Amino acid sequence: MNCIIIDDETTARVIINQLCSQIKELNVLEEFPNAIQAMKYLNQNEVDLIFLDIHMPDFTGFDFIQSLKNPPKIILTTSDSKFAIDAFEYDCIVDYLVKPILLPRFEKAIQKAKNFSIKEEHTVLNTNTETSSGNDLYINIDRRLIKIDIPSIYLIEAKGDYINVKTEDKNYTVHSTLKKIEEKLPEDLFLKVHRSYVINIKKIIDIEDNSVLIKKDVIPVSRSNRPELMKRLNLL
Amino acid sequence: MKHLNEQPNSSYIDSLSGGDSIFKAKLIAVIKKEFPEEKAIYIKNIEAKNYEEASGNVHKLKHKISILGLEKSYEIAVDYENNLDEGNTTLKDDFESILENITNYLTTI
Repeated sequence: MNCIIIDDETTARVIINQLCSQIKELNVLEEFPNAIQAMKYLNQNEVDLIFLDIHMPDFTGFDFIQSLKNPPKIILTTSDSKFAIDAFEYDCIVDYLVKPILLPRFEKAIQKAKNFSIKEEHTVLNTNTETSSGNDLYINIDRRLIKIDIPSIYLIEAKGDYINVKTEDKNYTVHSTLKKIEEKLPEDLFLKVHRSYVINIKKIIDIEDNSVLIKKDVIPVSRSNRPELMKRLNLL
Repeated sequence: MKHLNEQPNSSYIDSLSGGDSIFKAKLIAVIKKEFPEEKAIYIKNIEAKNYEEASGNVHKLKHKISILGLEKSYEIAVDYENNLDEGNTTLKDDFESILENITNYLTTI
């Protein structure tokens, strides 16, 4: 199995690499200190298995998984077990290893990976037959144009050279800017509340001081954008 | 402040190395380089009262704490990480004492 390691901690990458060297069937192709570099690599290379740290700055392991259209098998590696339940939401996740990882547990995870087959994606994108109704937005991920229903978007956040588009069903990471996507969105529905965030104002749950709650995300509202936000609300 | 009475050890590193002295030296060198860097970032964030970032730093340092076999210290780090997320620094002295313990140990290996 060809694999890659994604972890922002050098020590962790050295350890996982050493564990991989103990398993004949594993071939470590590359190591990455962040998810963005790995995404660029995966745009041009295929791998069978990813060892993925969950807790990384800017772009978490879960953000990374959601950005992959056809994710390979993934073994999560983390320093705590509190995300284990979240891991069950993803069909591609084979196992969940808590650091420090011991060889017998690692071997067990690899055995699981060998016996594991990823369930087929059930979402069918009829991009050839459907035309944009004005409520759709097409985004380019892994050279595929994926249709998103605009009202289902509740949050867009800037992450360096990428934006994370969060919808009711799924999150997408796209190589673009907030400015570009803002131009494609209806002004009456979306508002930039911070230099890194555009929100769907219909999805706001509550507003407190200088932040808004949308789904489970608490989003900062910058002082300069607050008056426009307040203007848009149907205040009693 | 809690007195943990536990000392770092290289049991995990030895077990992982399986007698491969070159790998063992490499891993220790990486820890010796990375630990002070992570500690410095943590201190910078805690001094600036950037508790959310400091919590992330503690999370990363937790791995080193567990690698060095500090089980009770690890539990304190877990609690401290969670506390920092809420802006609570009550375990700061305990955690920083753990960091000092590791700093001293790393000079001996």
